[in-house]
Formats: sequence, C-alpha cells, structure tokens
Amino acid sequence: MSNLEQTASSVAFDAAQPSDNAVSRAPKVPFEIGRRGLLLLSWLAPVVLLIVWELLAQAGWLSPQVLPAPSKVLRTAFKLAASGSLLNDLGISLLRAIGGFTIGASIGFALGILVGFSRIAEAAIDRSVQMIRAIPFLSLLPLVIVWLGVGEAEKIFLVALGVTFPIYINTTLGIRQIDPKLIELGRVQGLGTLDLIRRIVLPGALPSILTGVRYALATAWLALVVAETIGAQSGIGFLAMDAREFLRTDVIVLTIVIYALIGVAADAIARTFERRLLAWHPNYGGAR
Amino acid sequence: MTLHVAPSSTAASPAVVVTHLYRAYGSRVVIENLNLRIERGEFVALLGESGCGKTTLLRALAGLDPIDGGRIAAPRRPAVVFQEHRLLPWDTLWRNVALGLQAADVRERAAAALAEVGLGDRLDDWPRNLSGGQAQRVALARALVQEPELLLLDEPFAALDALTRIRMHHLVRELVATHRPGVLLVTHDVDEAIALADRILVMRDGRIAFEHRTSGARSIARAELLAELGVVASHPIPA
Ligand SMILES: Nc1ncnc2c1ncn2[C@@H]1O[C@H](COP(=O)(O)OP(=O)(O)OP(=O)(O)O)[C@@H](O)[C@H]1O
Ligand SMILES: [Mg+2]
Repeated sequence: MSNLEQTASSVAFDAAQPSDNAVSRAPKVPFEIGRRGLLLLSWLAPVVLLIVWELLAQAGWLSPQVLPAPSKVLRTAFKLAASGSLLNDLGISLLRAIGGFTIGASIGFALGILVGFSRIAEAAIDRSVQMIRAIPFLSLLPLVIVWLGVGEAEKIFLVALGVTFPIYINTTLGIRQIDPKLIELGRVQGLGTLDLIRRIVLPGALPSILTGVRYALATAWLALVVAETIGAQSGIGFLAMDAREFLRTDVIVLTIVIYALIGVAADAIARTFERRLLAWHPNYGGAR
Repeated sequence: MTLHVAPSSTAASPAVVVTHLYRAYGSRVVIENLNLRIERGEFVALLGESGCGKTTLLRALAGLDPIDGGRIAAPRRPAVVFQEHRLLPWDTLWRNVALGLQAADVRERAAAALAEVGLGDRLDDWPRNLSGGQAQRVALARALVQEPELLLLDEPFAALDALTRIRMHHLVRELVATHRPGVLLVTHDVDEAIALADRILVMRDGRIAFEHRTSGARSIARAELLAELGVVASHPIPA
C-alpha cells in the first residue's frame, strides 16, 4: 500500500519536471516495455482492419465497385507507376502544391511580420485579414473559377489562399508572444533594429511560425484536392475523377492513399525542421 | 533622453554623473532632485525600501526609460544585469554572451568571458541546462564582455540561494577588480552591500538620503566569519 503510494507520488513528481533529465531517467526502465507494448497495440487495429478488408474483398462480400481489395490497389499502383502516368500526375500535383504554398507562405509571413512590428500596419491590415479569414476559403472556389477559369492559376491561387492565413496568424502571434524583457535586453546590449529582429524577434517567434507552417501544409493539401477534383486535366485529383467515369475504384482508392501519404510525408518534413531549428526548445527535439 | 559624452580631460573621470534628476510616472513623482556621481572602479550599493525608486533610477541610468528633468552624463552605454538572467533560450551560451558585441574575434572574447565566470567548458551548451546561479554568471559575463565603464546591477543575486549568493559576491568582486567599471548595485541585502560596496547609499523620498563609506573593519570581520563557515574568498577583501 505505502509502496504503491510512493510510486504514484514519484511518477507525479517526474511528470511535473519533464526537463529534468536526472530525475526522469530513473524510472524509465519499467516504462520502456509498457510504451513498446502500447505502440504495438496502436498498430494492431489498423492492421486487423486491413486484413479483414482484404478477406472480405477476396470472399466476394465486398463488391469491387464499392471497395477494391487492398492487394488490387497495390497492383494498380505498380501498373500505373510502370506506365509513368502516375509519376507524371504526382509531379504536377506536387508542383502546384509547392507553388501555391510558396506564394501563400511568403504573403502570410510578410504581412505577419509587418503587423507584428507596426501598430500602424496592425490597425490598417489586421481587421481586414481577420474578416477575410472568417470565410471558409474553399467556399471561394466558384468565384475563383469565374475569375481565373479552371487552369493552373486557379489551383495555385486556391492553395496560396489556404496557406496565407495560418502563416499570417501564427507569425503575428509568435511576434506578440515574445517576452518584452528580452527585447529590452537587446536594447541594453546595443542591438540595432535589424539585429533585434534577427537575434531576438524571429527566433522567438519561430516555434509559432513553424506551427503555422504545419497547419498550412494541411490546408494546402486540402485546397489542392478540391481544386484538382473540379476541372483538372492532370494531377492526382484528375486521375481520381477520370477513374470515377469508369468506376475504377482501385484507382480512386490509390489516389486517396497517395494524398494521405504525401500529407504524412510533408508533416514529417515539417517536424524534422522543427527538431532542427528548435533544438533549444524543451518541447521539441532533446538536443543538448 | 540626455546621455551626454563627458569630456575625458577631467583627472578622475567618473563613470556617471547624475544632476538634479527628476522622474515621475504621471502625477506620482518617484525621483526628485537626485544627484549622484560614481567614479570608474568604484563600487556603489543602493539600498532603500521597496518602491522607493531604485529600479526607476537604474533604468534611467541604463537609458531604458526617459527622464523628466535633470541630466545624466555617462561616457558610454552602461551594461546591465537584471534580477532575471534574460538569456536567449535559442542561443548557445557563447552566442548569448556575444550578443551585441562588435568585434572580429567575437567567439574568442565570449569564450574568455565565460571562462572568467567559470563556465569556459560550456560554450555550446543551452541556457536551459544551467542552474540559476550559472545562468546569472553568464548574464554577468555578457555584461562584462562589453568592457563597460558603468555596470548596473538590479538585485542580480536576489533569486539565488544564500551560498550561491556568497560565491557570486566573490566572483563579482574579482571581476570588478579586473575590469574596474563603476558599479551601481541595487540590493535589499544590507550584508551584501557591506560586503561588496565602497560606498552605500540609501534612497528615500526620491533622492539619496544617506551615504556611508564602508570601513574596512566590518568587511574584514565578515570575511573572517565566512571563512569560518567554509566559504573561502579567493581574493582577500581589501581594507
Ligand atoms: N511603469 C510604471 N508605471 C507607473 N508607476 C510605476 C512604474 N514603475 C514603477 N512605478 C512606481 O514607481 C515607484 C518606484 O518603483 P521602483 O520599481 O523604482 O521601486 P524599487 O525601489 O525598485 O522597488 P523594489 O525594491 O521593490 O524593487 C513605485 O511606487 C512604483 O509603483
Ligand atoms: Mg526594483
């Protein structure tokens, strides 16, 4: 009984001080097994689901027109990849995403910096941006199509629109959250405005900005899916809509999987950036 | 803001001269007709009850706040150590120390300054891995690496435990003896003031109300006492 209480209290103590290596290291060994077990358990459900799906499809209980077997999707993937058309469409989709993201992120970052630094810019810009932000950006699609047609410009515009706001908001937020005492320190150390921004403001705002980047990656991807689903002659979305005409559910499922995989990959890249750039931050990579 | 360049021709060049300083927050007058002169190499402690305006004076000297009247004549921008270390968490220790340093051999200078405060082996470490006393030592190094003629300390040891505080006292004495800036130390600790300062000022009613030159005898008595307690001064405290 008392033994149990002691363990519980020591665990609570560790949780309260996650950054204290010396303390949290001690009880790690019994936890290691538990954590690995939990990891296995977390993978159990998806794997079982996949197997059941495959079995149902093999048994003919699942019509291929509703859902193709996972193995069939895999075979389609190889076939399309071998013919080169899959890589081509994938490349086009990625180019659109990167183009739109770059434009949207640049605008969002520039506006965010401006508003974060200048009260005048804040008064002039912030309310308008917040009002536009209230609009679900995908609802603008019909209007964007009227303006720009269904070409590349429309798709890149929509992606950029989805990216601008999360980057803008997190940049201004990050700048506002900087400890004014550190700004004051910069002045005491004789930093000029440019050095103040470079050495204190941007690094201080970086965690928030990178959060914005990760969020923007998700919206960029969403915007791309929607834009490509409506009137595209190439790209992953086009592949899906083309397959729809021929009831090729295997291709459709494949495009869904590809969208998911690229989303995961983008997030992983963003996380790597976070770990690298925020090595100093106790909540990110534990670099010393 | 009136930070004037004082003529360097005067024999004993002061680190700072304050004349008829006046400072108010709205209608609340905090500093009124305050006069103060600190020579280079002189260690001055400033005592006074809470809220009497010590920090206000220090911030005015640092050029952080505007003044409402009078004159502050300082040769150069003073260095400041605050109660909190104010290290940039995203910079390694040597980059923290080098913040604002204009020189070709920035890293070497920062390394030398860190070595002086006993952290020469932690150049590339992060501030979050430091104890409170170590962080405050880095803040001290960051102030001194600028070779200031005036060093302003606003209760820099208040958050430290008693033993660490005493170690910091010895370190500060050594550093000040080496670099010889004029020092203004704001503190609540009378013993600290006695132990460190050549001159102790008491602030009241917006001005310097009392001045005391520390006699050697008490400092020596205290040093002996500390030696008895096991805290050894690496430099004997001069009489
Ligand atoms: N930004 C401010 N606006 C208005 N009043 C202020 C401001 N800063 C300080 N004061 C007032 O000025 C007076 C002096 O404050 P100050 O911080 O200089 O005191 P202090 O001597 O440093 O006190 P302590 O020993 O507690 O640090 C106090 O009455 C305080 O309320
Ligand atoms: Mg104060």
